[in-house]
Formats: sequence, structure tokens, C-alpha cells
Amino acid sequence: MPSSATVSDSKAKKGLDLATLLQYVVLILISLLMLVPIVILIFAALKTRGAGLASPHSLPIPIYWGNITKILGMDTFWTMLRNSLLVMVASTVGVVFVCSLAAFVFARMKFRGQGLAFNILTLGLMFPINVAILPVFLVLRDMHLTDNLWGVVFVQTAFAMSGNILILRGFFQSIPSELQDAAYIDGCTTFDFFRRVLLPLARPALGAVAALTMVVSWNDVLVPLVVLNSDNKWTLPLGTMQFQGQYSGSDIALTAAFIALSAIPAVLFYLVAERQIVSGLTAGAIKG
Amino acid sequence: MQIAPPIKNGRKLQLPSGIRLGDKFVIILFLLPAFVLFTLFLAYPIIKSIYFSFFDWAGFGPAVDFVKLDNFKRILTDPVFLKGVVNCLILIVLALLVQLPFSLTLAMLVGRGLRGRAIFRTIFFLPYVLSEVITAAIWLILLNPMPERGFINAVLTLIPGVDPVLWLADPNLVMIAIFVVLTWKYFGLHLLLYMAGLQNIPKDIEEAAVIDGANKRQLFFGVILPLLSSTIRTSVYLSVLGSLQQFALIWIMTRGGPVNSSEVMSTYMYRYSFVRFDLGYGSAVAIILLLISLIFSVIYLRAFSQKDYLSGL
Repeated sequence: MPSSATVSDSKAKKGLDLATLLQYVVLILISLLMLVPIVILIFAALKTRGAGLASPHSLPIPIYWGNITKILGMDTFWTMLRNSLLVMVASTVGVVFVCSLAAFVFARMKFRGQGLAFNILTLGLMFPINVAILPVFLVLRDMHLTDNLWGVVFVQTAFAMSGNILILRGFFQSIPSELQDAAYIDGCTTFDFFRRVLLPLARPALGAVAALTMVVSWNDVLVPLVVLNSDNKWTLPLGTMQFQGQYSGSDIALTAAFIALSAIPAVLFYLVAERQIVSGLTAGAIKG
Repeated sequence: MQIAPPIKNGRKLQLPSGIRLGDKFVIILFLLPAFVLFTLFLAYPIIKSIYFSFFDWAGFGPAVDFVKLDNFKRILTDPVFLKGVVNCLILIVLALLVQLPFSLTLAMLVGRGLRGRAIFRTIFFLPYVLSEVITAAIWLILLNPMPERGFINAVLTLIPGVDPVLWLADPNLVMIAIFVVLTWKYFGLHLLLYMAGLQNIPKDIEEAAVIDGANKRQLFFGVILPLLSSTIRTSVYLSVLGSLQQFALIWIMTRGGPVNSSEVMSTYMYRYSFVRFDLGYGSAVAIILLLISLIFSVIYLRAFSQKDYLSGL
């Protein structure tokens, strides 16, 4: 695009004009408002039980680490963390695997009934998990996969398919067909093309799909809630829900500590993978 | 790259649009996992659901009590279910009237060239990655009616004459409280979408409009908004579907109470299915919910399959 001295450039005087200043003021104000709940959570987590009940949202002075250490010392906390991790990794691998295979076929190959097959698979978008959870539970029960982390993994993978196949197909389609033709002329099998050419090129899209799936899986509470029974199989959101229900009346500080600790993995991951998560969401949305 | 002869290893190579031998195998193999998962966990459950919705069944043993359409009649005449529908509609309307304009305004404020926009985006989007459980738990602390314990009321009671508000216990206020929490959690997503959409509008068009004499208002309503139409469509679609799907946050915060005043369709279904184990009934609710989602999606796709203005550029 030709660069030219633009109207908007001339407005960007050095320093701030009133409009920009106002913009910043509004944005900063709203940012502070957005962060208030999280700040209060941290404050409450660093208080003793008494202080937590008396005034959870004041500054925690002096800082009391007792609740944090107590939660970190609970075996169940780590077990739940581990279960969440296992489910998340398995679901993500499953989603990336299943969706890249299917998206490849829809994007780079032609066959009769292709449109129909694609529409069927993306029908899943209209069948959200909260609607499907009851019949899915019944099916899992028949398959003896209830109270089983694999049951959670399969369901999460199945319900993440439609959106991610859409995203990946869009991306795979954007790879120039000359590349594919050249590869085939060189004697590449379709599978080779997929593995050696397409996948490496698709790394950003695959990263986005992986990041999105990881967030959704980690935060999922409905599927584990319905599928899992045994305490030792619970995932972290489930445990947070139960802990909150049990202690929020009697010990706000302890509850806040648990919530805060269970939020740390998600926040850390977000700070690391924000770009992938964002690109996954916008790609799926804009292209869809 | 070397050009190899077109026939290799006895296999005929066709370029570029023909189907190659061996491709059929790849297609079937590659599509198999997706279709297996789809059949097992999407198609089969729907069929099961339809089947059980005609029975009165507590979930154990075979379903024997065939009640035809009784479940559906009960659902559609149950005031609690209807309250759930109304509440879903309230969430949708509020989302479209409040959340979306708010997100769009913020996206415009953050703008294209504002320094620090990345930081703002990070902050605004953060609640989205927190789980619904964490969100609900945090806000339960904030919405505690006692001003000593609940920050919201603590701030409110600073205003002279204002009493502590029973956010989650007042049937008239509970949906508003829930809506505020949902906005906190989800507006970042829409902000993101609009930021991306705004990014896609070429600066040249805006400048041309300004040169042609468009003022801010004309620029926004006449140029930017139409060019954002596909983004807005997506945002609306996600917003409506999201509102229809709300479960965990509401369940944790209020269980649908007080006295069903914050009931939504999903909490209704969950209660009948997994609390009361009235599975035939629950299946019927699931079918109704599914139909609603489907009808909405179909109407949406039909009504809004206009061309994207930008696609010609």
C-alpha cells in the first residue's frame, strides 16, 4: 500500500492532545475497574481467617501467608492440578490430531460428498455441550467411561472439533496450490505433503488451536462435574467449586487463597500464550 | 525443484484437481477419527435423547413408562421453564444492547495506533481466560451483602442514604448482578473481535472519507460500521449463543435462585437431569434447547449471508 502523509498522521502531534488524553483516562479507569476483582482476591487470600471475615477487601497488612501454604500443602490440591493437566494435554493432542487430519482433507482434497461431510461435522457448532451433556452422560455410562478421565477427554475433544476444523480448514486453504502441485510432481505422497509441507507451514494455526483448546479444557467444569465422581479424579475447577461451596461462608480468606492459587496456571498460560489464544479466536470468528 | 516424470512407481499422477489413486484411502483414514467422535458423542446422544424424551425414566434400567409428548407439554407449560426462557432472552437483549456497544466503543478508544493498546487488550481480555468457577467465586465474595465483606456494597454504602443491596438474594436484581459478572468476563472477547475487525479496515478508506468531508459521526456510521458488519455479525452470533449456553456461572452463584428468579434453560435442564434424575424429562428439555439453538443458527445464517463489504477489495 502506498504510504502517504495522511490526515490521521497530522493529528498525532507530539505529546497528547485533549482527545487522546481523554481516551487514556477512560481506558485506564476501566482497566482499574476490571482489575479490582482480581486485586481484591489477592488481598483476601493474604489474610488470616479473622481478617478475611472482617474485611476481605482492605489492604492485607500484615501479609499472612498461612492460607496459601495450607492450600499448597493439601494433597488434594496437587492431585486436582495433575488431573486437570492430564486431561488438558490429552484433549489438546486429540483435538490438534483429529482436526488437522480432517481439515486437511476438506481443504486440500476433493471428493464427492465433501460439502455434505463438512456441513455434518460443523453441525456440532450448533450442539453446544451444555445442551448435549445429559445424553452424552448416558452414552458415557453405556461405554463405562463415567468416573474416568478419558471420558472427559473424549467429550472435550468431540465438542472442540467443529470450531477447530473450521479454523484449520480456513488456514490450510490459504496455502498456495502451487506448493501442493510442486510437491506432487516431485513424487510426494499425499501423506508426505501433509506431514512434511503443510503441517510445518501451519504451525501458527496449530498453535492457536492448541492454545484455545488448552484454555477451554483447563477451565471446563461442566463435563468433569457430570462425568467424574471419585474425589481423586476431580479436576481443579471442580475442586474450586466444591471448596468454595464448603468454606466461603466460614473462611473467606482460605477460599480466596484456593481460588487465587487455582487461577495462577491460567493467568501464567495467558501471559505466555496470549497471542496464540487471540489469533485462534479472531481467526475462527472472522473467517467463520 | 526437480521436475520428475509424471508417472512414478506405476501410479498415475494427476494435477491439480483430479483425484489420485490412494487418495480415497487417505480421505477415509483422515476423516475417520473426526467422524467416529462425532457419531459417538454428538449424533448418537441426540438420537438417544430423542428416544428418552418420550419416556418417564429415572435413568436406571430400561425406559418403560412411555408418556408420548407429556414431557414436552409439561416443559412448555412450566412457569419455571418459561422463566428460564425469559431470563435467557433478558441476557441476550442486555448483551446486545450493553455489552456489544460497550466493546465496540472501547475498541474504537483503544484504536489503531494508541500506544499501550497491547497492555489494555491484555487487561481487558484477562477475565475471559479465567474459568467460570473462578469468576463466580470471586464475585460471590464481592457481592456479599454485608458492606464489611462485600466490596460492591462497601462502595455503594459510601453514598449517603444508600442501603446495602441484596444482589443475589433479590429476585428483581439477581439477573442484573449476573449480567454484570458476565459482562466483566466476556466483554474482552468482543473487544478482541472488534479490534481485529477495525484493524482490517484499510486506513485509505477512512482518509478518503475524511477528505471528502465526512465528520466523525458520518465516518463512524457511514464507513466504519458497515465495514465492520461481518465482525458485528460474528459478535452478535457468539453473544446470543453464549447467553443461551450459560450454565456454570449461574449455577454456582445462585443455583437459579432465589426461587428460580435467575433460572436459565441450562440450569433447568441440569436440575431435572442430574439433581432430580428425571431423565426422560431432562432429555426432553435437552431436545427443546437443541431445537432452539438450531433454529437460531439457521435463521442467522440465512438472514445474514450477505456479502462482506470488504471482500471486494
